[in-house]
Formats: sequence, structure tokens, C-alpha cells
Amino acid sequence: MWMYLLKRGATALLTLFVAATLTFFIMTAVPGDPFLSERAPSPEIREQMRAKYGLDKPVVVQYYNYMKNFMKGDLGVSYVQSKNRPVSEIIRKSFPVSAKVGALAILLSVAIGIPLGCLSALKRDRFLDNFVRVFSTIGIAVPGFVVATVLLLVMSVRWKWLPAAGLNTPSSYIMPVLALAMYPMCYIIRLMRSSMLDVIGQDYIRTAKAKGMRKNNLLFRQALRNSILPVITYLGPLIAGILTGGFVVEKIFNIPGLGRYYVKSIECRDYTIIMGTTIFYSGLLIFMMFCCDLVYTVVDPRITLDR
Amino acid sequence: MAHTLPSETKVSPQELEKILSLFPDLTEEDLKAASPEESAAVVQERPPVSYWSDAWRRLKKNKIAIAAFIIILILILLAVFGPMLSPYTYDQQIRGEESQAPSWAHPFGTDNLGRDLLVRTMIGARISLFIGIVSSLIVLVIGSIYGAVSGLAGGAVDNFMMRIVDILNSIPTILMVIAIKMVIDRPLEDMVNRGVHWIQAIGSGMIAIFIVYGLLYWVGMARIVRGQVLMLKEMEYIHAAEALGASRSLLIRKHLLPNCIGQLIVTTMLQIPSAIFTEAFLSFLGIGVSVPMASLGSLCSSALNGISSYPYRLLFPALTISLIILAFNLFGDGLRDALDPRLKT
Repeated sequence: MWMYLLKRGATALLTLFVAATLTFFIMTAVPGDPFLSERAPSPEIREQMRAKYGLDKPVVVQYYNYMKNFMKGDLGVSYVQSKNRPVSEIIRKSFPVSAKVGALAILLSVAIGIPLGCLSALKRDRFLDNFVRVFSTIGIAVPGFVVATVLLLVMSVRWKWLPAAGLNTPSSYIMPVLALAMYPMCYIIRLMRSSMLDVIGQDYIRTAKAKGMRKNNLLFRQALRNSILPVITYLGPLIAGILTGGFVVEKIFNIPGLGRYYVKSIECRDYTIIMGTTIFYSGLLIFMMFCCDLVYTVVDPRITLDR
Repeated sequence: MAHTLPSETKVSPQELEKILSLFPDLTEEDLKAASPEESAAVVQERPPVSYWSDAWRRLKKNKIAIAAFIIILILILLAVFGPMLSPYTYDQQIRGEESQAPSWAHPFGTDNLGRDLLVRTMIGARISLFIGIVSSLIVLVIGSIYGAVSGLAGGAVDNFMMRIVDILNSIPTILMVIAIKMVIDRPLEDMVNRGVHWIQAIGSGMIAIFIVYGLLYWVGMARIVRGQVLMLKEMEYIHAAEALGASRSLLIRKHLLPNCIGQLIVTTMLQIPSAIFTEAFLSFLGIGVSVPMASLGSLCSSALNGISSYPYRLLFPALTISLIILAFNLFGDGLRDALDPRLKT
């Protein structure tokens, strides 16, 4: 167990290091620098700015400095967007906003996706199953930004039921969460349905049934437990999925989350924010995948951490 | 009949003697070469059903998959030839016909610069389909080579190669995509300005997307192929072929590849919609293909300004992209059921 955690931690650190290195060299490979986009800075001022942020030094030195600061938890300061504000502070302020919407969306997609997928499998080829299948197939074919804009158009422009932007009232969460949850929900439905169908066709289910196990017991203790594994595997990368959806949804609904910051920093080439966000999300993704593996061992005792 | 030897087998009298002494219940009659009639009786009456005809038979029964396939064909035809039939070009700004609602002259309406949206949607579909298909082929080539090498090599090489895959897998790809896209955009543009024509022909934005796919998106494919190779490698018939002295290249060509090909096709097919999705996402954020070129994502994105007054500008490209993704998903699912019935759910 401890051996495993140690190994896992080492891999995580290595991955984080690779991610940081990759992003750093990608960023520095861009011709020009962030200060070029500003309105008519004189060459002297630009030189001063470059010197101030250490951009006049050779790339290797810059890399060393960045990594040194990174070890201390310092991700640098924003160059363009909000002058000299530390990136870590920006992340600390704006990530909770994104996380709240994202967590609600994941909750919704799991809470609806798993039961609906099970139900669809148990009522195979009946009306409900067909309906759910059509719904989920269409659901994974419509891009998130289309869902978001259609919702916006219908719910707040046409009918004026829900606020169009920001997160000021509880009701303003409805549309962003729905738009974010649409794709993962439909994906989970399909995943759950096919894995459930697979499991209820297995011999041990038939045996349990033949031995007279009660239906609820059979369903929850045996079938669900065995068929939920693929969904758990998907939940790790789902964090990344929610994040990509988050960019678009935060842009459309004007939510002051990390995604919107990121999109803006692409537009004005604010490299430190881009780097910081990438590293931050890499760490998050690695952590989530680790959590998934832990949950795996709880759900399926046959799987142990020491492989 | 039961003991007839193949007619071409030549047995010397001494050997015949030996065989007969070993098996007392055999007579000399039993060991005679088969007559043509006897041979004919053994020949199969029906030609053997090949893997492909078997798969085609299964696919034909799947109405949804066939319908999806027809939709894909129609969409491709429209995307390739549609713009030629239109009286307008995708970047033509028609004076005095700005921001029109759908009409007979402009079935999908026009945008704020007076460009016909029908022809722009068709061009957008062409770009999106092209990106989807080419990216998937890139992923197929890189991923299957990487996965096959890793699986075949085994041992330390495999371990090392899979660690790289693991690392790439825990990096949020979409962020990397954006970062890489930003970096390679400008050098590619410079190359265009210096007159590298083939880049100009395809467009720097699109090449950047291909590079990104080539760099990052092969990971899933590599995993699938490696898993498949590892599984097949341990199969009895592979061991048998090896024991009979089959060379490595023959093993790959005759046994591994044909057994992987179903999965390869299906995964590639399902990669297409996801590539289109990603491109739409990038275009939506404003870093997809460059203007005045249109992709379905960038059309949707530009429709956002003025969405309340001109909802149809979003409607048509959004419908098209959803239809493309839906059709590819359904056809991919059908193909999977047809090519690999073991996976059928």
C-alpha cells in the first residue's frame, strides 16, 4: 500500500514536471512576446518590461527560474491581463467559481446518468429504452456550445425565465450546469446501459436469480456494483471534459471562472496565466485519476492497489 | 474413404508395407490415392464466407447504420460539390443583402457582411469533414504504429513506451492543444508568407490542428492497438504459427493485422466525430481555421454576436455539425457491431 502510494506519487510528480516543462518551452517558442500586443510601447520600455520579468535572459535560465519558483508554489505574475497580479491568486479566486458549476454538473450527470442507464438496460427494447437511447445518442452529438446557446436563446432571451449572465442568484446556475452536464450525462447513460446489459447476461446473475435472491438485492448488490466500474473510470477524465466544456460555457454565460480567464489570456497571450492554469489542471487531473483508482478498490475488492 | 490420402502424396512400396504393419485394421485399398470423384465429394459446396462479406451481411441488417452511412455520403457530396453549384462563393460579400433572413435566394440567410450562409455552411462542412477525416488518419497511423511496436517489443521497451503514454494521458490535452496551436500558428503563417504553397493551399490554421492531433491524440489509439496485440500474441494459433516457423513479418501481416483491423476501423470511425468536435471547440474559442475560411465551429461562434436577432445563423451550422457527428457516431456503432460481434451490446 505505502509502496504503491510512493510509486504513484513519484509518477504524479514526474507527470507534473513534464507538463510544466512542455508548457514552458511551448510558451517560450512563440515568436515575439506578450508586450508586443500592447499599444505602441517604445522599445526602451519594452526592454525594461522584459528585464523586469526576466524575459531578457536565455531560455534555460528562464526555465530554471520558473521551475525554482514553481517548487515554492509561485507561478509568476500576470503580464497583460491584470498587471502583476500573482497567477496563483487568480487561480485561487476564480477556480472555486468554475468548480462550483463543474461539481454541480458532474453531480447532475451522475445522478441522472446512472439510474437512467440502468433502467434502460433493464427495460431493454421497451419504449423507455428506445427513448433513452435516442435521447442519449443525440445528446452526445450536439456540441456543448450549441446546447448552451440554445438554452440561452430559449430560456432567457425568448421566455425571460432565467438570468442570461453571471452567477448572482441560484437560478442562474441552472443553464450553465445543464449545458455542462448534457454531454457527460448522455455518455454515462450509454456507458452504464451497455455495461449493465453485459453484466445481467453473466452466469453468476442467473445463478443468483435461480437461487432465489430478491430482485432489489440482486440489482444493487450484484449487478450495479459490477457494472459501475466503467463509469468510475470515465469520471476521472470527465473532470477534464467538464473543464473543456467549462471554457465555452463560462464564455457564453459570462461566468467569472478560471475558464473565462484562460480564454481571455489566450486572446491577449498572457503566458503566465496559460502556464499556471495548465499545470494546475494537470495536477487536478492526476489527483482525480488517483481518486478513481481508490474508489475502484472500494467498489471491486478483487482490484488491489499493489499490482 | 475415411483414410484416403491426398492424391498427390507419393508413398513408396516399402513405406506402404510399414504403415500396413503398424495399423493392422487398414488394407492396401484404404491407402490408395483418392479418385477424382472422391476428391470432389470433399470439396465444400459453398464458397467460404470471408470476414468482410460476413461483416457486410451483418451491417446490411442494421438499418440505422445504413441510414447513417447514406447521410454521411450525402453530406460529403454536398460539402464537396455543393459550393460549386451555388451562385455565390463563400467569401463573396453581396452589397445590400446583409443580414437577411432565410429566403429563396439565400435558403440559410446571409450574415452581417452579406455572405450567403448556405454556401458558407457547405464550405464549413467541407472543412470540418476534412479535418475530422485527416486527423483520424493521422491518429490511426501514429497510434497503431506506436501501439504495435510497444506491444510486439514487450519488456522494458513496452514499459518505457507506456509510461510516456501514461504521462501524456494525464496532461489535460485541450489546454496543450490550445498552447501548441498558439505557438505553431505564427511560424506557419510566416511560411505561407514566404511562399510555401502547399501550406497556403490547406491553410495554416488547419495544419496547426493536424500537428496538434499528431502530437497528442494518438494516445488512445496506441493503447487500444497495444492491448489488442498483447492479447493476440498469447493466442494459441499465433504460437502454432510461430512453432511452424512463421517469420515475424508474416505473423504481423497474416495474423495480427487482420485481427486488429476491425478495431482499427471502428476506432478511427469514432475518432472522426471527436476530431470535428475538437475543431469546433477551437474555432468557437477563436483559434480554429483562419478567416475568411469558415468551419462549422467558427460559423457557430460568429453567430453568437446578434444571436437574439438572427437565431438562424446559429441554427443551420449547429444542425449540420450535430447531424455530422450523429451520423458518424451511429455508423461507427453499427460498424463495430458488424466487424466485431464479440463487442456487441
